[in-house]
Amino acid sequence: MTDKSHDPNQMTGAAMVVRALIDHGVEHIFGYPGGAVLPIYDEIFQQSEVEHILVRHEQGAGHAAEGYARSTGKPGVALVTSGPGATNMVTPLTDALMDSIPLVCISGQVPTHLIGNDAFQECDTVGITRPCTKHNWLVRDVNDLAKVLHEAFYVAMSGRPGPVLVDVPKDVQFATGTYHPPRKSDVHVSYTPRLKGDASLIRKTVAMLASAKRPVIYTGGGIVNSGPEASKLLRELVEVTGFPITSTLMGLGAYPASGPNWLGMLGMHGTYEANMTMHDCDVMLCIGARFDDRITGRVDAFSPGSKKIHIDIDPSSINKNIRVDVPIIGDAANVLGDLLQVFKAEAKKPDIKAWWQQIAQWRARNSLSYRKNNDIILPQHAIQRLFDLTRGKDTYITTEVGQHQMWAAQFYGFEEPHRWMTSGGLGTMGYGLPAAIGVQVAHRDSLVIDIAGDASVQMTIQEMSTAVQHELPIKIFILNNQYMGMVRQWQQLLHGNRLSHSYTEAMPDFVKLADAYGCVGLRATKPGDLDGAIREMISVRRPVLFDCRVAALENCFPMIPSGKAHNEMLLPEEATDEITATAFAGGKALV
Amino acid sequence: MNQPASAYFLEERHDPNETHTLSVLVQNEPGVLARVIGLFSGRGYNIDSLTVSETESQKHLSRITIVTTGTPMVIQQIKHQLDRMIPVYRVVDMTLTGNSIERELAMVKVRGAGDHRVEALRLADAFRARVIDATTESFVFEITGNSSKINQFIDLMRPLGLVEVSRTGVAAITRGPEGM
Repeated sequence: MTDKSHDPNQMTGAAMVVRALIDHGVEHIFGYPGGAVLPIYDEIFQQSEVEHILVRHEQGAGHAAEGYARSTGKPGVALVTSGPGATNMVTPLTDALMDSIPLVCISGQVPTHLIGNDAFQECDTVGITRPCTKHNWLVRDVNDLAKVLHEAFYVAMSGRPGPVLVDVPKDVQFATGTYHPPRKSDVHVSYTPRLKGDASLIRKTVAMLASAKRPVIYTGGGIVNSGPEASKLLRELVEVTGFPITSTLMGLGAYPASGPNWLGMLGMHGTYEANMTMHDCDVMLCIGARFDDRITGRVDAFSPGSKKIHIDIDPSSINKNIRVDVPIIGDAANVLGDLLQVFKAEAKKPDIKAWWQQIAQWRARNSLSYRKNNDIILPQHAIQRLFDLTRGKDTYITTEVGQHQMWAAQFYGFEEPHRWMTSGGLGTMGYGLPAAIGVQVAHRDSLVIDIAGDASVQMTIQEMSTAVQHELPIKIFILNNQYMGMVRQWQQLLHGNRLSHSYTEAMPDFVKLADAYGCVGLRATKPGDLDGAIREMISVRRPVLFDCRVAALENCFPMIPSGKAHNEMLLPEEATDEITATAFAGGKALV
Repeated sequence: MNQPASAYFLEERHDPNETHTLSVLVQNEPGVLARVIGLFSGRGYNIDSLTVSETESQKHLSRITIVTTGTPMVIQQIKHQLDRMIPVYRVVDMTLTGNSIERELAMVKVRGAGDHRVEALRLADAFRARVIDATTESFVFEITGNSSKINQFIDLMRPLGLVEVSRTGVAAITRGPEGM
């Protein structure tokens, strides 16, 4: 027997976990201790390279890690215990899977000899999380742990990013084995994501773009995930081609909202000009988006006259909902680089003046207009003021889910990628507050604002305590209308205005709540108060709960109604007055 | 549109369904079959038949043969969804290769006496089914072939005293010298 006592790679499983985090450049993790992860917490206690952020609920750890990942381009890491710790992670893992966020979750598990025995805080973690992770592992032998941890980081970050989970039984954490630093052979040989696009298809694409009369570029979160280079190349492509560009919710910021070719967001609550351009175009270049049902509207009437090119790193995203003519599998930056090179060498900027004139007519409909009001704060106005007052600052925006999220997407202009964190695919109420915590951990000196709704924010409001403990000056800007606004809007438009359980009777006093948590509470009830209160919120270097009392029954428009196509949008002037009048008759007073 | 009030677009697509046989080469590791099955149940795909066994023990490779039904777009989705799983090496659509051989094995228990018993034996002989167990009042036949041949044999056994059937599901391989 050789003497292994002086081998620095001999260590416990728990030490390996921390060592692997360090080897992958992890500086912050989000977690909550419990019986089955105590050995790992003991290791965390005895080092200073990885900072642990203690949350109040494991879901908060998951969303914080998502916000961290989305705002940095690095993987977000969460550490939770077995049983309820792991099941509480299911929502963030699913959220990250839907939105392609790289998340590494390490969960404790009961000792291997107890697995299957219904032990205390046991659950089938890998079974439960199998459909909501890109991949997951249960490690039964400490000598497999290093390899699995390294592979987990690789799988989370490569190809189409996504969440992974490594389940580590407590006896494996205690056992001693051999660690090795990351190496290539740690990865399944069967996993080979394709990065480079097919050259002949790229050439074909250039020919189609060059001869387009009514083109549009439609981008999504794939541009953001690909990294800053993809956004740079996208901007260059728009410049070189002169094409109009729209984006999904997830892709906002890849092309600047102040850019001349920007049409605004598309889809169910997108702008009229973006949706009409999509509907009437002859060539559609889709990059890193997935023709989601919120985007397409009625699929058999989706952009009927166009040739479609789809660039995506995930082959399963192509031809899933909409049949495309040119499928290009590859990484957005990689393919865009090749595409630009060919375009610049072989093509000229096509003349699409007539198309831009048509688009100008659609723009003139001013689909984001709303009635001004001097007595009540309109939510759209509140976001516009927030945008104006934070313009030029180093700002990150997160949101919850609902009307406020759509208004934020419509009225807050994003100039850069990685500045906008929202739950797009899964639509997770309660995402924004913990996500803001994650963003603030990564960007200590930046202004991080969660644009929230009064209903969503209560789903994870306990994380205010996390923000206070870790001195994270997040700003929770609550558009408080006392309703689950989007639910109410659907009930009003589709269910005969029967507002079944979408009204919150017993709303907490958010200012007092802020006081209870030891943070700052602010309130604005009149349009005249708004600017001053927002300025105060920005200047305070502490966490803030901002109770912005807005019109209770405002609806989010424009909107593509159910079963309709892009060219059948409901614009605000066609929709609000009469319908909202019936809502008033129901007796719900304006705040 | 006469659809009920919904936040979703409720449209059925009416492309005709096709049946395809897929061969999937996977790393034989814990949970791999659960991943594949979970994909089918989670996304609402059909499994008509599923066969799995380790085929190269040195390399820990297993081969899964799946017979599935769906529209051409769904079949393509299934292949892409399988292919992007981490432990999946290759997915081959045996139906598209056009030159695959498909076989299934079934064991068929028949109980009866007199003329029925004689008729069962005679039909088994015609189908090249072997007798692998016999008592004075029963037979177990082993039959190999494609699924339709086995279906036909089982249909013929039904009036002759069919008791039960155990089938392996379809295994498939391409003709010619090339492997998958």
